[in-house]
Amino acid sequence: MEHNSTKYKIKFFLIFAAPTVVIFITVMLIPFLYGFVMSFTDTNGIASTYQWIGLNNYITVIHDKAFWDSLVVTVKYVIACVILTNLLAFIIGYLLTSGIRGQNFLRASFFTPNLLGGIVLGLVWRFIFQNALVYVGNTLNLPIFKNSWLADPTKALWSLIIVTVWQLSGYMMIIYVAGFMSISQDVLEAADIDGCNYWQKITRVEAPLMVPSFVICLFLTLSKCFMVYDINISLTKGEPFGSTILLSYKIYKEAFNNLNYGTGQTEAFFLFLIIAVISIVQVYAGKKMEVEQ
Amino acid sequence: MKHSKSIRSPGKTVASIILWILLIVFVSPFVIVVINSLKSNAEIMSNPLKITSNPTFDNYVTAFNTMNYPSALLNTILISVVSVVLIIITSAMTAYFVARSHTKTGKVIFYFLVASMMIPFQAVMIPLVTIYGNLGLLNSRLTLIYLYVGFGCGMGMFIFHGFINSSIPLSLEEAAMIDGAGLLQTFFWIVFPLLKPVIATLAVLDVLWIWNDYLLPSLVLTLPWQQTLPLSTYAFSGQMSVNFGPLIAALILTIVPVLIIYLFLQKYIVKGIVAGAVKS
Repeated sequence: MEHNSTKYKIKFFLIFAAPTVVIFITVMLIPFLYGFVMSFTDTNGIASTYQWIGLNNYITVIHDKAFWDSLVVTVKYVIACVILTNLLAFIIGYLLTSGIRGQNFLRASFFTPNLLGGIVLGLVWRFIFQNALVYVGNTLNLPIFKNSWLADPTKALWSLIIVTVWQLSGYMMIIYVAGFMSISQDVLEAADIDGCNYWQKITRVEAPLMVPSFVICLFLTLSKCFMVYDINISLTKGEPFGSTILLSYKIYKEAFNNLNYGTGQTEAFFLFLIIAVISIVQVYAGKKMEVEQ
Repeated sequence: MKHSKSIRSPGKTVASIILWILLIVFVSPFVIVVINSLKSNAEIMSNPLKITSNPTFDNYVTAFNTMNYPSALLNTILISVVSVVLIIITSAMTAYFVARSHTKTGKVIFYFLVASMMIPFQAVMIPLVTIYGNLGLLNSRLTLIYLYVGFGCGMGMFIFHGFINSSIPLSLEEAAMIDGAGLLQTFFWIVFPLLKPVIATLAVLDVLWIWNDYLLPSLVLTLPWQQTLPLSTYAFSGQMSVNFGPLIAALILTIVPVLIIYLFLQKYIVKGIVAGAVKS
């Protein structure tokens, strides 16, 4: 058969896969490997010469307080976002599938923030936090809103969390809705006949059936939040006093503002490790679930 | 059907009330922004919640003229559309090779592309700027499109590969081959049209990503006339740090095209998100 000839296979490869392979190697593979090389040098991106400095960048990063501060803030941010996003999305998804009127309209509206980028959303909310809420605080005499949230380190972090949750919960809600709709009505009826009350039905019947959707959303929010950048620069810009510099922004600043490409790349390597671990655990969890089903 | 719907009926009214209240909270930032876009800066500062009695479009005019709106919109459309079309074609073809060639090369390609999906952009952005900068390839929209294809082909191949393996019957292709169709003909006439549902999913996910992306274009495109909407909006926000009116109008000008598209393609977008999430 012609199909198995080497010539045929080479032709097949050249026409169908070769362009992608070339693009992939030049866009992902070479930069990724080159990044490793860079992390062992003191390159600054401008000077054409650089020195090999071994593990110095790694030592610098590990001893850099600013890096740890950024990592801690990022972890706080991620934990809060993951919990609140999934809680809110789950609740909205649950309520939306209870057969109420206008559910398509509601679903579409809750999703809307995800059509817009972090830059636009951050700037919209910047106005809300800096002006609208301050005005409300002063008019209604609410101390919590009297000063801009963006001027206080803790509240600025919370404002980042609020905007992220506000955006992502609309996205995750879509996935939860799909999960709820795939639960067979027979199962719910059976639960009714067996005398389950409202609460038992949610916790014992529906929640376990929602585990796959939950796992998908959990990992999606985790990696999205660890990599967040746009909302960070448009809403807080790392302020006040550099207290809200999340990891991506820290990497950017280290490389392109401080012109330390080597240490910036080393920090990026740590972000890569975090994302890689999340992805591997996700694949593993996904496989395990498939077996159990 | 009627019976099944009533299963949760005791909570229906409560559910409705909670959701509508939540919706008001959700959309209020947009409403406030729209209200203020029609006011002068003095009015905005004195009361950001008040609806003005004499609306003006001055802010829109200023924003439209200073943020290079037409050129930014055109760039965004151009870059998104071309990138997404190329991602779809290249990753569908690669997925077809991986699924049908039964070669070791195919397997290697598959594992490399899938593994690349866990590399965050930040891990390659610094070397990317260094390499492409040294080659003099930055400041080009073509380079940006090329990079998007590189970053998008992993997930694209993965989703297409799953679909080809599970839903495209080999017998169709064999019949076409027997009838004398070549590889390209078989692929583009027989297989590609059958990939429609996946193409829609991928188009939605990739357009949302590329249309709104900021970090990558901010590194590649630095000349004003090349900028996409997120870039020009952000640059504009720097110039207008105290002048809220035009900035807010700029935000709305950025939002409107997306909302118009959403109005028409809502169904596909929601479907695409679900399909994409479940597959990857």
